Amino acid sequence: MKEVLLNPQLWAATLAMATPLALPALGGTFSERSGVVNIAMEGIMLIAAFFAVVFAHATGSAWLGLLGAMIVGLIVALIFAWAAVSLTANQIILGMAINIFASGITAYLLNTMYGFTGTPTDTPMLPTIDIPGIKNIPFLGQVLSGHSVVVYLMIIILFISDYFLFHTNLGLRLRAVGENPEAAETAGIDVIKLRYLGVALSGILSAMGGAYLSIGALNSFNPDMTSGRGYIALAAMIFGKWTPFGSFGAALLFGFATALSMQLQNTAFSKNIIMMLPYILTILALVGVGGKSVPPAADGVPYTPKK
Amino acid sequence: MSAILEVKNITKVFPKVVANDNVNLTVEKGEIHAILGENGAGKSTLMNIIYGLYKPDSGKLIFDGEELNLSGPHEAIEKGIGMVHQHFMLIPVLTVAENIVLGAEPKGITYDRKKANELIKEISQKYHLEIDPEAKVKDLSVGLQQRVEILKAFYRKAKLLILDEPTAMLTPQETEKLFEIMRGLVKQGMSIIFISHKLEEVLEISDRVTVMRRGKTVGTLNTKETNEQELANLMVGREVVLRIEKTEYKPGDVVLSVKNLNVVDQQNVPKVKDVSFDIHEGEIFGLAGIDGNGQLELVEAIMGLRPKKSGNILFYGKDVTNFSTKQLYREGISYIPQDRQADGLVLDFTIAENLILREYRDPTYSRYGVIQYKKVYENAERKVKEFDVRPPEYMLKARGLSGGNQQKVILAREVGYNPKLLIAVQPTRGMDVGAIEYIHKRILELRDKGAAVFLVSLELEEIMSLSDRIGVIYNGQLMDILDGKTATKEQIGMLMAGSRFDKTTLEAR
Repeated sequence: MKEVLLNPQLWAATLAMATPLALPALGGTFSERSGVVNIAMEGIMLIAAFFAVVFAHATGSAWLGLLGAMIVGLIVALIFAWAAVSLTANQIILGMAINIFASGITAYLLNTMYGFTGTPTDTPMLPTIDIPGIKNIPFLGQVLSGHSVVVYLMIIILFISDYFLFHTNLGLRLRAVGENPEAAETAGIDVIKLRYLGVALSGILSAMGGAYLSIGALNSFNPDMTSGRGYIALAAMIFGKWTPFGSFGAALLFGFATALSMQLQNTAFSKNIIMMLPYILTILALVGVGGKSVPPAADGVPYTPKK
Repeated sequence: MSAILEVKNITKVFPKVVANDNVNLTVEKGEIHAILGENGAGKSTLMNIIYGLYKPDSGKLIFDGEELNLSGPHEAIEKGIGMVHQHFMLIPVLTVAENIVLGAEPKGITYDRKKANELIKEISQKYHLEIDPEAKVKDLSVGLQQRVEILKAFYRKAKLLILDEPTAMLTPQETEKLFEIMRGLVKQGMSIIFISHKLEEVLEISDRVTVMRRGKTVGTLNTKETNEQELANLMVGREVVLRIEKTEYKPGDVVLSVKNLNVVDQQNVPKVKDVSFDIHEGEIFGLAGIDGNGQLELVEAIMGLRPKKSGNILFYGKDVTNFSTKQLYREGISYIPQDRQADGLVLDFTIAENLILREYRDPTYSRYGVIQYKKVYENAERKVKEFDVRPPEYMLKARGLSGGNQQKVILAREVGYNPKLLIAVQPTRGMDVGAIEYIHKRILELRDKGAAVFLVSLELEEIMSLSDRIGVIYNGQLMDILDGKTATKEQIGMLMAGSRFDKTTLEAR
């Protein structure tokens, strides 16, 4: 066991596994802080993962793949926002619908566009980055350096997110809208606009997470390859008490569980038990072990402006 | 003087109801102008129009000499109209400063906390409304939260301040304090619209008063030249009996006896602390207190709706501490819950069905588990008539009734069979003067017939005019029990705010 824990690969994998959770978790933080529960993040990730490959292969540029995926994610998010915010549809059922739709449409498009052989093997990948200076430090260099560029983007976005939410006027307004939309409206704030913003950000960040899976960690798309990461991201966000750093911390924890189960594959230890860990943690977080997570007061409640 | 606000022929129609019908109103600069009217008279609609939340169907608003065409509250705010809503528009988890500047933060991308705090200190000094800008709103008392709301308006440079039922949540002392503040503001040139349905307060604080009834303005009077009776008649549209005539107080045997009751909430926080009292036959025992001081927990514990930590409940000497609600009903206890829509009625059931919620298993109404609808409708027809439910159609869903008539249905169910004890929580909440009059009459009738009544209310007036004895609850403790005849408003108010201002405390100082 000690050997496993001292293996830098375990910790590097933790960071890599945490990334596709942290990105949608950060996105979910924006969405829920504005008062919209966006469980469609799972579906958005999946669609984005697929279109990342499509665009990357078609243009020959992984960067354009990432950009295209983000735009597709944004579009799906805006459709979700239109139904959830403008038409005040039930957010959970809507999210479920999008997720099931995403699973179907990606499987269908995969077959019709690329046949049964799967996505092309010459799809470009996003680059990995070696950090000069850190790269050569023993252990730490192996853990922190050499990751996909998306991992580092995620870290940057993490800091920006925290600053945006808690230190800017717009962040203050976004939080106000999620707590008490009526109060925000009487203070002259456009509730609908800010909720669109929250959902849009969750769409873009989820899409980044999805693109990381298909053209960051691999260079192919497989059906249902997100395998519930959008949901685990929501759990991470709740576990992290709707804060960017909390979400990131929870994502690391969940990522660690996954990484550990991979490391333990060849040992007598059952990896299935370790794989359960994130889900058990989620249940514990939800029932309030270690300080109850209090959501934004108006989270998930549609708002109709007065006329 | 010149007018700060002129409302001219405003009409606003909602589906099925004309909320404002050709309303006219003129507010002078530097006056406190009261708007008086029953619930549903159209006061709030009018204010929401002035504040830009609703668009009028016709008519115009002239503010400070300029015609307004508001597309939203942000425009009203810009022009200098500030509003303190009855239900505060505050965000509990944010700080005072964040709440005040929200939507009009100091310029820049970053939230400038220091600048915001400074600006707020400046305004609070100018208007003598001291407050800590860094405090979280959820930690403030209701009175201070209201202060935050007022500061919010001043931060936006309000020239006209609308206070919508500002005293509803305040103790008498806090109300006095608010009135002092209002007088101070008017001296500094502020104009205030004060909305209320409390005659007394309107007479005390306003310069002029406009009365609304059924969406119309029925008159504007100089406060000095009017009186309570005239205003009440204008408000209701007929002669109103303001004083309740009570027969002599003749208490009988002890009906309900609460002994050292302790109740904690789900988080194990004590909500009722060692409360003991008796209620007698032929007596109305009133419980006064500010909302959230343990009244609800106390009543629900007595009614078997909430676990008790310790203590005993006796009903005619019999220990009913661990009785279920159903068993208590069978003993002859009736209960009018605080929230009539959530706990009192099944809104999507008919009036007839709601009327037998207590007794549906009684052989009269149910045979072999099948409801005997013929009997149910016979009962409904009788009760609807007896309790004057309008419209008197018992096949109507409870949802379709006005608040007052919903309460009458509950009253008919709970009082219709002559209970030995009635526990009534806020029985007239949100009802108009006419309906209140009726409910009070029925409660007094019950008392005169020898039943015991436990009346819990946030309206001090109601407690004082009905009760034979008055208990005051503060922070879960029963502070004192006073004689209903001699207790004064000040006395009760002090106790409600948690201070025992009697001899012992005076000496202790």
